[in-house]
This record gives sequence, structure tokens and C-alpha cells, in this order.
Amino acid sequence: MSMTMAEKVLARASGKKEVEAGEIVMANIDVAMTHDLTGPLSVEAFQKIGVSEVWDPEKIVIVFDHQVPADSLDAALNHKIMRKFVKDQKITNFYDVREGVCHQVLPEKGHVVPGEVIVGTDSHTCTHGALGAFSTGIGSTDMSMVFATGKLWFKVPETIKFNIEGQLGYNVYAKDVVLNIIGQIGADGATYKACEFGGETTKELSVSDRMVLCNMAIEMGGKTGLVEPDKKTLDYVNARSRKSYEVLKGDSDAASLQIMDINVSDLEPQIACPHNVDNVKGISEVEGTPIDQVFLGSCTNGRIQDLRDAAKILKGKKVSDNIRMLVIPASREVYTKALNEGLMNIFVDAGALVCNPCCGPCLGGHVGLIGPGEVSLSTSNRNFKGRQGSPEGEVYLSSAAVAAASAITGKIENPRNK
Amino acid sequence: MKGKVWKFGDDIDTDLIVPGRYLVLRDEKDLAACAMEGCDPDFAKNVDKGDIIVGGKNFGCGSSREHAPIAIKGAGIAAVVAESFARIFYRNSINIGLPLIEVKGISKHVSQGDEVEIDMEKGILKNLNTGKEFEIKALPEFMLEILNHGGLIPYLKDKVDEIKQQKI
Ligand code: SF4
Repeated sequence: MSMTMAEKVLARASGKKEVEAGEIVMANIDVAMTHDLTGPLSVEAFQKIGVSEVWDPEKIVIVFDHQVPADSLDAALNHKIMRKFVKDQKITNFYDVREGVCHQVLPEKGHVVPGEVIVGTDSHTCTHGALGAFSTGIGSTDMSMVFATGKLWFKVPETIKFNIEGQLGYNVYAKDVVLNIIGQIGADGATYKACEFGGETTKELSVSDRMVLCNMAIEMGGKTGLVEPDKKTLDYVNARSRKSYEVLKGDSDAASLQIMDINVSDLEPQIACPHNVDNVKGISEVEGTPIDQVFLGSCTNGRIQDLRDAAKILKGKKVSDNIRMLVIPASREVYTKALNEGLMNIFVDAGALVCNPCCGPCLGGHVGLIGPGEVSLSTSNRNFKGRQGSPEGEVYLSSAAVAAASAITGKIENPRNK
Repeated sequence: MKGKVWKFGDDIDTDLIVPGRYLVLRDEKDLAACAMEGCDPDFAKNVDKGDIIVGGKNFGCGSSREHAPIAIKGAGIAAVVAESFARIFYRNSINIGLPLIEVKGISKHVSQGDEVEIDMEKGILKNLNTGKEFEIKALPEFMLEILNHGGLIPYLKDKVDEIKQQKI
């Protein structure tokens, strides 16, 4: 039987020859990730089940990223709960406050390989499908089941495949492509579906650009993002992981496959406007909108490529006196690379504030919140009301290049004009 | 169950249900105190035990924070009815024993403050103010089993060994 990539991975993980969209399967979990914010609830739930040991301490990955270093007593307590859990359960993959955002740390540290099933108590766990894994966000109680049994039930999703074709214009990036797609199909346009990104343009994209696409699958309701593994995928994975793996690719005649053609040749930079990610406009419609803060970072666009793109625009320029700019590398590896390449000097000289790798203001819980009436331009993935602080604030989402160009003028700016 | 309706719109995301700054909280009572704050800062103060939330499409979209259904349940809400639900929120709610009911077209036929009656067994939701009845889609059997246990944790207490031994 022909199957999609998502179906093949779930079939493998549930020990079946074939599975069909709509079917409910119990799958063996290969990687279970949790972090400092949703981890404590998972641990508490696990402790209530009455099982003393987790199923496999080597398959659990714990990352501190949302509130690092601890910014409140509550956060410090959460960290303590998680450190104790790590020690008690002899969990081998633990990344304390220094390492960075979970969805960057997991692939960097070799925890993500093609063909596996990954779950995380974070909705953007769908990012890892960029390397050909079936990777999805779950809640804390579901995670307690994984901790106890190593298994979780899934409804096998249908797949919507975005065939992306065309040449990206100057200063148009993967972020613009995915915002455009979300704008077209809506915040619930892919609910329960696997979002596979394919076509010539996707093939041309780097692994980190593919992560941008998959990261935002959840913003259209998707269960996971996916990109078919190719040489770029395997080069990335083999340089970082010692796990053995199986590359699984979908069949083009799979019954549950729906195809949507996207042409990006004429795309201008895209902006998601307040207060929904699917409220997407071409930049020409919102150019000139005054802003108060620029945030360059997050699991969407805090990678070295994003910092390079932004630094190119900011080099020798100044951040407008009317606004502040936060630069937050997604991981320690990104931070170190940026330091070595001299990018941090460019940011600091321009007057930006560089913070330690973490989620930052992305979810409005830690540093850099915005006040009532203030406007944030952010390279992250969500612009919900109140997401970055005050519910009376506004968040616009963009690529790193737009963020950098806008930081200079203090208004939403098309980098083409620079 | 019978309860007074709290009406909300489309795409009610989990940031609206429990804003990010409250995610350090873990206690159900503390979370209940900020439930729905992003949509209605007075909700937690005015909600009564047994009330029912009626939302539009894509209710619970956004982050995987289980704090969201915990806050709603903690506030005393007996069930959430919506045109459609986001996936992770749906699972999380069933897992903690908060009934979710999908009813197409519901938001056009229920107003804030109406009283609705839900009969899960018969599969009927009735707006007692207008007399209009709606059919409720039945949950898949094993999800019903989780809900009938009162959530995934009590379910697992019974079944964990069985699940572990399942060879897959
Ligand atoms: S960077 Fe933002 S979206 Fe990514 S994991 Fe952190 S809070 Fe979530």
C-alpha cells in the first residue's frame, strides 16, 4: 500500500506493516523532550501514576530554555523540581540553563534523526520534522504516559503537501514563505494534518530554513511539519548524531495525500499582523508602522543564518533611538559562532541588547516584555494578544532581515529599500 | 449537565486562556484565578461552578500548555463546547478529565448567559432559552474510557502494566 512519510514513520514506530490516515495507533517513542516550563507538570503527573522509574532515561531530553536564568522564585523552584527529576531518574540528556532553546538544542546535539517519533511538551516540537522525523507537541499528562510506558497513542494524520516552486527574491526568506502559506490556508487550515514541505524551492533551502518552515506548521494547526530527507539532511545528521536510523520517504500516490502548489517567485517579505498568525500581509501594506521593540531570536529565527542576515543589514548602522532591539541567539552554539564571526560586535555597536540563549520575550514570560500600547516586531512565531507582555500591546512577525532593517528606522521597513 | 453559558469567539488561543507570565504556576487554584484572563479579565471572578464555555472554531489553538485546560477546569467549568478544537488542547483536556464537545454551528445559536443542557449519553445539547437542540458527535471509544476514568492519570493507574507489556 502506498503511504505518506508520516504514515510510514508511524507504521514503523507502532510495529505495523501499514497504517492508514484516521487509524489510531500506539507508537513507541524514540525521543521525549520536556523543558523548564511544562516539565514540572509532566513530572507531577508522572509521579501520580505510581510507577517509580521512567521507561528509558536515555530517550528523555530535558532542556532549560524558557526562564533561564531563573527570573523569579517560582521559576527557580521549577528548575529545582526538574534537576531533582533528572538526578533521581538518571536522565542522561540534560541541558541546564546554558544551552539554548529546546528546538535548536535537540537537532544540534544529535537527538533528531530521520524516521523516528519525537514528542515534546511544547507545540513547536513540530520543528524536527525538518530532518525527516515525525515530531509533535503534546501536553504534560500525555508526557507522563510516555515517561511511564515509552508509548503514546496517535491518530494517523492525513498529509497536506506544499509543493513550493519558484525563485525567492532578494531578502525574501523561508519565514516569508511559511507566513504566506499560513495566511492562505488559515490558523486552522491544516488542523490534525501532517504538513509536508516539498518542491524545488524546499530542496534548495538549507536545513535551518527547513526548520523555519516546519516550526510554523503548528500555526496552521498542523500535527507535524515534514521535509523529505536528502543529502543536506543526512550531512547535518551524520555530523551530529551517532544514532542509527532509517530514512523513510512518502509515496506520491498515497491515498491520504493532498497537494497544494505554492509559487514564491513574486513574493515580497511577509508580515503577520496583530493578533493572529494568519493575519498576513505583504510588507508594502504595513511599511512605515512605528514600532517600540525589535526581537531577533526564538526557535523560528534565532539561528546563525538569521543573525548573519541581520548583521549584514545592521553593520555600521545604529538602532533607532526611539526603540530597543533584543538579539537572543537560539543556542550556545549559535552564540559562539556569532561571537567568532564578529556578529555580536555589530549588534552591540549598533546599540542592540544581546542576551543569553533562551526564549526571551517570545512567550512573554521572561525578559523583554512590552508594555500597554507598545508594538513589537519579532522574528518569532506567535503574535497572539498578550503573547509578549501587555494584552494591550501588539506583535508583528517577520523575517530576521525585516527585523534588522526596521530596527534602524524604528518603523516596519522593507530590507529591499536598504 | 446543565449550566450557564460563557460565550467566546473564534481562535481562542492558549495565550488568551492562560497568559505566558502565569505558566510558572502549577496549582489548579492559582491557575483558575487567571483563567480566560486574556479574553475577559473578570471571568475567573464571575464564573460559577458548572458553567459551560461555548467557543467558535479552533478553540485552544497555540501552545501545548496544559495550564490552559487545568485553569478552565479549576474555574469550575463543566464542559467546553465549540465549533472545532485545536489538536493539542483537545487531547490535554480529555487527559485531565475536562469534557470537550464539538458542535458545528453552535456559536450562532447560543448567547452569553443562556442556559444549556448536555446529555452525553443521548448525544444531545439543548439551549434551554430557545429550545433548540443539537446533536453531539460521540467521542472515540477509548477516549470516552479515559474521560470516564476521570482522566489519563487514573486510567494509567489501572492500565500502565498492560500498556507497557503490549508488544509493538
Ligand atoms: S522560542 Fe518561543 S516558540 Fe520557541 S520554544 Fe521558546 S517560547 Fe516556544
